[in-house]
Amino acid sequence: MNDIWSWQRAADVLPLLLEGFRITVLATVVGMAIASVLGLLVALVRRAPSRWVTLPVGFLVEFIRSTPLVVQLVFVYLLVPGLSSLTIGFLVLGVHYATYMSEVYRAGIDAVPRGQWEAATALNLPRARTWRAVVLPQAIRKTLPGLGNYAISMFKETPFLFAIGVVEMFTAAQQYGSSNYAYTEAITMVGILFLAASYPTSVLVRRLETRLA
Amino acid sequence: MSDNLQTLGDALPRLGDAVLVTLQLTLGGAALAFVLALLLGFGSRSHRGAVRVPSRVVVEFFRGTSLIVQMFWLFYVLPVFGFRLESLACGVLALGLNYGAYGAEVVRGSINSVPAGQWEASTALNLGHVHRLRRVIFPQAWALMIPMFTNLLIQLLKGSALATYILLHDLNYFTEQLRRSTQDTFFSFTFGLLVYFAIAYLLTLVMNALEVRAKNRLGAGPTLREVLRIAPVPATAKAGAA
Amino acid sequence: MTDRDTTPAIEFRGVVKRFGDNTVLDGLDFTVAKGDRVTLIGPSGSGKTTILRLLMTLEESNGGLILIDGEPYTHEMRGGKRVAVPEKRRRQVRRRVGMVFQQFNLFPNMSVLENIIEAPVHVLGLSTAQAVVRAEELLEQVGLADKRDARCTQLSGGQQQRVAIARALAMDPEILLLDEVTSALDPEIVADVLGVLREVAETTDITMLIVTHEMQFARDVSNRVLMFDHGRIIEEAEPEVIFTAPREERTQQFLSAVLGEDTADRS
Repeated sequence: MNDIWSWQRAADVLPLLLEGFRITVLATVVGMAIASVLGLLVALVRRAPSRWVTLPVGFLVEFIRSTPLVVQLVFVYLLVPGLSSLTIGFLVLGVHYATYMSEVYRAGIDAVPRGQWEAATALNLPRARTWRAVVLPQAIRKTLPGLGNYAISMFKETPFLFAIGVVEMFTAAQQYGSSNYAYTEAITMVGILFLAASYPTSVLVRRLETRLA
Repeated sequence: MSDNLQTLGDALPRLGDAVLVTLQLTLGGAALAFVLALLLGFGSRSHRGAVRVPSRVVVEFFRGTSLIVQMFWLFYVLPVFGFRLESLACGVLALGLNYGAYGAEVVRGSINSVPAGQWEASTALNLGHVHRLRRVIFPQAWALMIPMFTNLLIQLLKGSALATYILLHDLNYFTEQLRRSTQDTFFSFTFGLLVYFAIAYLLTLVMNALEVRAKNRLGAGPTLREVLRIAPVPATAKAGAA
Repeated sequence: MTDRDTTPAIEFRGVVKRFGDNTVLDGLDFTVAKGDRVTLIGPSGSGKTTILRLLMTLEESNGGLILIDGEPYTHEMRGGKRVAVPEKRRRQVRRRVGMVFQQFNLFPNMSVLENIIEAPVHVLGLSTAQAVVRAEELLEQVGLADKRDARCTQLSGGQQQRVAIARALAMDPEILLLDEVTSALDPEIVADVLGVLREVAETTDITMLIVTHEMQFARDVSNRVLMFDHGRIIEEAEPEVIFTAPREERTQQFLSAVLGEDTADRS
């Protein structure tokens, strides 16, 4: 029988985990980039005057937001052949988190005081200019902490990619564990790496939150 | 399509079992998370370092390490230390610990956002510390907590889908089985996701009802009964409800 | 007072209170005799409200002693050192002190009656029936007998403040602290609240410490007025004296600022 903890195995698996960590970070960065842009688009579309637009979009957003990410990943992976699983991962993470981000943007836009809109009207600014020069700059500033929090949250959900075989940090650990019948070191170290990366980041985001508040 | 429905019809008993497993994970996890959220949330506000510091460490630990890592750790690593838990227990424990840590932040934040005047008035009436929290502060914080708990509950439901990977036959597992027997990815996954959506919707309705009641108790907003009666109810339906 | 007890109800001995670098009270000494009605006046930021908050243990002092009926309240001298009094003993003393706040601070999760009986039942240990009888008397007294079962949020500001007064009186305080109790109210209902307080002043011998901008009320109710500036008492006199012939220039300036044009008429 093995000892409970083997430093040898820990040393063996660490390079694999660090390799996986790169994919984890990559997925988070690309996923958040998609979520940030798409989320803003969704937030704007949901303010459209026609209910023919807002109702279906609203339903789709609610649907994606309240069903499991991991099921969505497998669904899209099976449904769309020809794309690499990493690409699918980027897209699904991005779309899923876009539904969260759209709420963050919506709150940010709602928080812009009415007076700002009225002043823009009084100056006869065109609607597009009002959005671009007056409303969005103020709204987006307020969304930064939300963006940070969701980035951390996405980072911790990247292990879900193991369901479609993307070898990020967790999948690397899982693969090592199942081929060596030794999960202890690999999974424990993944947990520690997640904690080591996400805790300092969340402290930074909290600081940002208080500074922008 | 009709073949699909036929297959689905045959699988209905298994669907019931799968939904039951998902609900056990969700509600069991939520119950554990709720208790932990209260303990850790109040612990995080304690004046005594011996209570506060461990509470903060536990909260940050379970927030910082990923849910799936925790679940796999309980399933694959904990037995190495001589504790073997059933799959369902692993799932409930991981969900409860993870979302309990998030919930603790909700509890702490809500307690802190009860206006200072309420604390001061309790002091002026010489209410004891525990009494003050229980009778004055908590009922007001509760109304603030519920919407955030609703979000966490939906997150927890979604997280429960990971249980498939620790060998539980939950709704996620059922969906994949349905795909295997129908050979129709779009049909089976759309169906599975819709069932998840329906559960999420029901849970949200229940939580919204709790929220209406909590707010009404604070003298804000209508009673639950008034909310439910906003739509004109046909006489027969009313009789049936009574 | 008719009894011979000359121990002051409240005594401040060299009390210091700082907020960060800002020293609000710098070695304040003063006493309030039992049954006294003392009004604290002065510009905002002069430390009046801080005094009430220290007496309610809502703030911690940084130096000096506060005594209630001659007993150390928040701090005491032990072996030549100033040490905090344990919360348990503070609570015993605090039982004699009640407070009415500027923002009422009624508990929104309770009805009017529940607000009033909460502390009598759970702190004084009265039976619910006893507490309800007393609460109904008090509601009668403040003119809100019909609001017994109302939600606090359904009441107007003036009504809420009258409930808050009843709630404070239900604890049978020996000392009542009134912290700008009319400042958050619309002008037309200020009179109702002050009327209630006048009656309390006439019918009880509760020691009162009042912070207010209502000079006419201060004049009617109090038997002493302390003028504060920068955390120090710069003038102290009976209301008739201080409102008609203030000695200090600073007091004159303050009074003419708050009373405006009609200072001459009132004097």
